[in-house]
Amino acid sequence: MRVFQILIDGFAISALYALGATGFTLIFGVSGVLNLSHGAIMVAAAVAAWAAASVLNVGTYAGALIGVGVALLTAFATYFAVVKPIQDSRRIPNEEKEIFVLTGTLLWGIMIQELIAYFFTNNAKTVLPIVEGVVEILGVRTPKNEIFTAIVCCLVIALLWLLVNRTRTGKAVLAASMNPRGVTLLGLELTNIYIVVWAIYGILAGIAGVLLGMFLGVSSYSVGPLTASAFSIVVLGGLGSVSGSLIAAFVVGYLETLTAYLVSPAYRTIPALLLLVFVMYIRPQGLLGRR
Amino acid sequence: MSNFFTTRLFFVSLALVVIAATLPLYVSGYVLGLLTVAFYFGVFAMAWDLLFGFAGEVNFGPTFLIGVGAYTAGILNAQFGWSVYPCIVLGALASVIAGLVLALPALRVRGPYFGLTTLVAVLMLQNFIVVFADLTGGEIGLTIPDVISINAGTNYWIALGFMTISAAILYGLSQSPIGLVLQASGQDPVQAGALGFNIVKHKLAAFIVSAFFSGLSGALLVFYFGTASVGTVVDVAVGVNVIVSAVLGGRRTVLGAALGAIFLIVAGEFLRPTGELATFIVSAVALLVVLFFPGGFLGAALSREARS
Repeated sequence: MRVFQILIDGFAISALYALGATGFTLIFGVSGVLNLSHGAIMVAAAVAAWAAASVLNVGTYAGALIGVGVALLTAFATYFAVVKPIQDSRRIPNEEKEIFVLTGTLLWGIMIQELIAYFFTNNAKTVLPIVEGVVEILGVRTPKNEIFTAIVCCLVIALLWLLVNRTRTGKAVLAASMNPRGVTLLGLELTNIYIVVWAIYGILAGIAGVLLGMFLGVSSYSVGPLTASAFSIVVLGGLGSVSGSLIAAFVVGYLETLTAYLVSPAYRTIPALLLLVFVMYIRPQGLLGRR
Repeated sequence: MSNFFTTRLFFVSLALVVIAATLPLYVSGYVLGLLTVAFYFGVFAMAWDLLFGFAGEVNFGPTFLIGVGAYTAGILNAQFGWSVYPCIVLGALASVIAGLVLALPALRVRGPYFGLTTLVAVLMLQNFIVVFADLTGGEIGLTIPDVISINAGTNYWIALGFMTISAAILYGLSQSPIGLVLQASGQDPVQAGALGFNIVKHKLAAFIVSAFFSGLSGALLVFYFGTASVGTVVDVAVGVNVIVSAVLGGRRTVLGAALGAIFLIVAGEFLRPTGELATFIVSAVALLVVLFFPGGFLGAALSREARS
């Protein structure tokens, strides 16, 4: 029974990790930005969904929608208030822009985190799940919400794949990640592509945040760990490689679940960290990284 | 280097140190205590700036070096009953070993990958402390029986003296030929290597020096606080403060990093009446400085002087 339990729980967690990390890696792949306010945006989405559903009583569906909307707005704010000014700045030398984006988004994330803590306290919040109840799969009592989470994550990732590979906008995004200069030469405005990518990112992070809020609950303390886990999954898979991130998300998700069930929940994150260090030593570019 | 003693920067620094040294005569113990912590933090930030500003290594885990030094000193004192000074020396040495461990991946991977390795190092240290709670005091922290001194003035002078000496050594190093080679290897390792400089040796030296000062300062801080805990010397948030201090004060200036750290700690204290918004305001100010004065406090001041 325990085997099935680990398989089912691990799948839900991994799918959630995958969704959270996909947007993160997409932005890096296209614009070379590592967004350290990632965790804060996810938590903002979850807290907004919680506040809308539990305080304003707008219902679970509207609440989830508001959560995703807040994430989208926060992602745009991150791009226009922090990332774009640094990228456009003439006073910052080009080779140092990376560290400035890292520092800037880190500070921005702390600001979001503190605002959430100020207005909504540090207490953990669980978003009301859209589907309730439990079902029995292979003898394991599984909350329907967990299945819902896994299905939504897989659907969204599939939609993203379609968007990137089958639409004109998506192909432009893909082209920008391969060669930004080439895209500009073809007459496409790079800034517009960046805005599209940040919009996709905001929606992905928002959905991931709201689902996380329903599944495990969030508090303003989750900001750091969420950013760190997305960062390590993305590096494990190879920066900028979406398929690498998906594989890495499942590796990390199952490794954590296995440790939590078989050893102790207290050691949950340790094997994944060790694996990360190991992979970086033998293959610094990650599992499917290009450089 | 020789004409440094005639620059305005030298006289301003000297005046600041002299004024700071007389503070215990007329300010309260509360202010002294605050500044003592700020001075130790200043050393953390300067040691970080040597790695980032000069060697070009983005170290997200300054608290790995600080924490190893602090906990080694604390454990030797609390669990094995060693006296204060050997503990501090061994703490600094342990930190140098930690610096070498951290330098190994730095020689293989660059940029964000190295940044993540250092972040992972902090998380591993944190896990280690929690798992071996019998030895380390776990999440509650370790109570240290001995202190350097109970007099606020003495502690303050020790911290000020330590920061001044560290600043002199680190700044001197950064302006020396070694500092120039480091800067070159941080900006373009291939070309610096082609010019015949041994990059590996210089980078290792930078890590050792940075780790030594981080660890020494961490160990001293532990004996000032009388406790070592994850929240004060290891947590990623502490590391973030160190990084923000260095960027705020002006990266690649060493001395600016100390100013940034003092500003950050004093501002945090002044904003205490605003309650939970204090961190928000400090982060917002830091973000504005990053966006509009990317050179930091000292960078802005120095470039104005250079222009006039």
